Amino acid sequence: MNPILELKNITLTLEDDRILDNVSLSIEDGQFVTFLGPSGCGKTTTLRIIAGFLTPDQGDVYFNGERINDLPAYKRPVNTVFQRYALFPHLNVFDNVAFGLKLKKLSKEEIRLRVMEMLEIVDLKGFERRKVNRLSGGQQQRVAIARALVNQPKILLLDEPLGALDLKLRKDMQIELMKIQKKLKTTFIYVTHDQEEALTMSDMIVVMKDGEIQQIGRPEDIYNEPKNAFVADFIGESNIFDAVMQKDFEVSFCGGTFPCLDSGFGENKPVDVVLRPEDIVLTEPKEGNLKGVVTNVVFKGVHYEMNVSCNGLDWVVHSTRLSPVGSEVGLSFTPDDIHIMKRLFDGDENHILGEVTDENTVSFFDLSFEREGLNLPVGTKVSLTISPKSIEVVSIDRADLKVYLESLIYKGDYNELIVYTHEESLLLHSYLDQQVATDIGIKFDFDAITVTPLRGGEHG
Amino acid sequence: MVKKKNAFLAVPYLIWMAIFVLVPLGMVLYFGFTTSEGQFTFENFKSVLKYGDTFFKSIRLSLIATAICLVLAFPLGYIMSRMGEVGQRTMLLLIMLPMWMSFLLRTYGWMTLLENEGLINRFLELFGIGPFSMINTEGAVVLGMVYNYLPFMVLPLHSIMIKIDKSIIEAAEDLGANGFYVLIKVLIPLSLPGIITGITMVFVPSVSTFVISRMLGGGKNVLIGDLIEQQFLGTVYNPQVGSAMAIILMVLILVIMGIINRFDAEEMEGMMV
Repeated sequence: MNPILELKNITLTLEDDRILDNVSLSIEDGQFVTFLGPSGCGKTTTLRIIAGFLTPDQGDVYFNGERINDLPAYKRPVNTVFQRYALFPHLNVFDNVAFGLKLKKLSKEEIRLRVMEMLEIVDLKGFERRKVNRLSGGQQQRVAIARALVNQPKILLLDEPLGALDLKLRKDMQIELMKIQKKLKTTFIYVTHDQEEALTMSDMIVVMKDGEIQQIGRPEDIYNEPKNAFVADFIGESNIFDAVMQKDFEVSFCGGTFPCLDSGFGENKPVDVVLRPEDIVLTEPKEGNLKGVVTNVVFKGVHYEMNVSCNGLDWVVHSTRLSPVGSEVGLSFTPDDIHIMKRLFDGDENHILGEVTDENTVSFFDLSFEREGLNLPVGTKVSLTISPKSIEVVSIDRADLKVYLESLIYKGDYNELIVYTHEESLLLHSYLDQQVATDIGIKFDFDAITVTPLRGGEHG
Repeated sequence: MVKKKNAFLAVPYLIWMAIFVLVPLGMVLYFGFTTSEGQFTFENFKSVLKYGDTFFKSIRLSLIATAICLVLAFPLGYIMSRMGEVGQRTMLLLIMLPMWMSFLLRTYGWMTLLENEGLINRFLELFGIGPFSMINTEGAVVLGMVYNYLPFMVLPLHSIMIKIDKSIIEAAEDLGANGFYVLIKVLIPLSLPGIITGITMVFVPSVSTFVISRMLGGGKNVLIGDLIEQQFLGTVYNPQVGSAMAIILMVLILVIMGIINRFDAEEMEGMMV
């Protein structure tokens, strides 16, 4: 089957910000596809490129094999449901829905029939003459969906359409939308930051972060086999730990070495490991793979959420059987429950290029520090090894450097932060929580930096 | 609702209104319906009838000027409303800037430009074109009106257009509307309150002006404003007939505004959020 829509190497930069970076994907006809990611990940931008409101700097958009980069929005066989509905305030419900059909110069009778049929589908029969501003949020939402669908688009684009609705209404509308999609067999492309919504509704999920696609797959695959710690963390709850791949099918973490089902990472390679809280079984201490002590219990309705401290790491376990706080338990899991992922950051330490700018003074980025007994000539290029533990997160006004926080993952003991300095990415560990996709301040412990002179221009 | 105890804050303005609006209005009505001896009469209105041509001309020129202002201001207002904050402020400043100068000076400026020996004709002479007689024509009067009152059209249009969400325009495009249909099906209907205000603010001063027609129209292009002024300050001195003219002009304006506002009322209903 040929894809109905293809994006090939789409790159877009707005005001010096790289919004999309080499995005490629292909979508098959009749699917419910969701673009999922945190705000600022580029999911809405991708949707706007498909709709024709934005033109990519590089890359091509193909519809049924035909390049449509230069086709203006009003000629594209797609329709959009906008985030805040964008209904026409000067028209009533009927005229809002009929807007596209009237432009197609259909007969009055056909317009009436199709509008009425669509209003019936979205359950708004009898509301034709209502002013749209006299409708509730959920009703306005349904007018917006009807207005787009009545044109029988080949693809329906939905930009966080349920974001403004309350939880109950949102759940109802999710079911409603899935029903409509099954009935009309139109390709839906749905944008959301709500992972539950994505898992519930989609045939295929595209997980995005910082303008790049992280993973494409069926909801089950994304949940069960996340490609990296970001996806694992974003989709569902997870225990994510630092681990070392000893060799194929053998991984060590949390003070133990365990068989697993993954291979191809190499020997002695640092990786991330994910275990879902519902996959872990609490047993008698001696029967588990690891031993721990329950430190906290929260009743969640269907299950208990228990924190277990084990070899200095904090595990989250879901179970319908309660193990009280303070009890010793065994943590039991099978090789199938261990998901190995490539590290988001390559390596365990930061390697930064610096230069000796004065006697006993080393500079890197816009910073410099004194180092007694350096004994290197001015102008020598040096490699600086900075441990993630020697970088501290501080308020921006006290900081050595203002950086952009790309990701934050809880690793059972500390938060692993990846920040971007406009030149390079840095890895740091912190016990504090920070808002991702914002600027934060960092401070270096200069005494802990290892300075190594570079020979022959090599670095790192 | 304003709290009752704050109502006294309106008192100064009410006094002002009473003294400077209601009392003069009463005087105009009194003069309009009386003879110089103070007897009730319709004679004043009858004698205005012979100036029907002038009334017609005033309305015609003002409507032309209003239409030109609308055509110029609509795209300008729209482009401005889609600019960044700095761009919008700069444009607003540029539009307001001429208004910091006296109305008379600005109109004098056009005289020196349009005269037979004026700057424009001299400039065209360099290329062997002209001279054109531009001053003392209807065109010059319309130009003066457009130039002086254009900001009053741009400002209300701009302020209503910045409230039109970009996504509503995109929704129209998304549903298959090209530029033309976006304009007539979405932009114009949604800008209607601004269009009405702009028309009012350009038409009313245009139709009653006497400075522009005097300076740029010469003796040939007398408008209602000039007639009224002559009745009060000119050699003919007849405040009774002048008042009658003023009353007729007022009624005309009210009727025209009434028609325009009716047109607006239906459309406005849906837009109040």
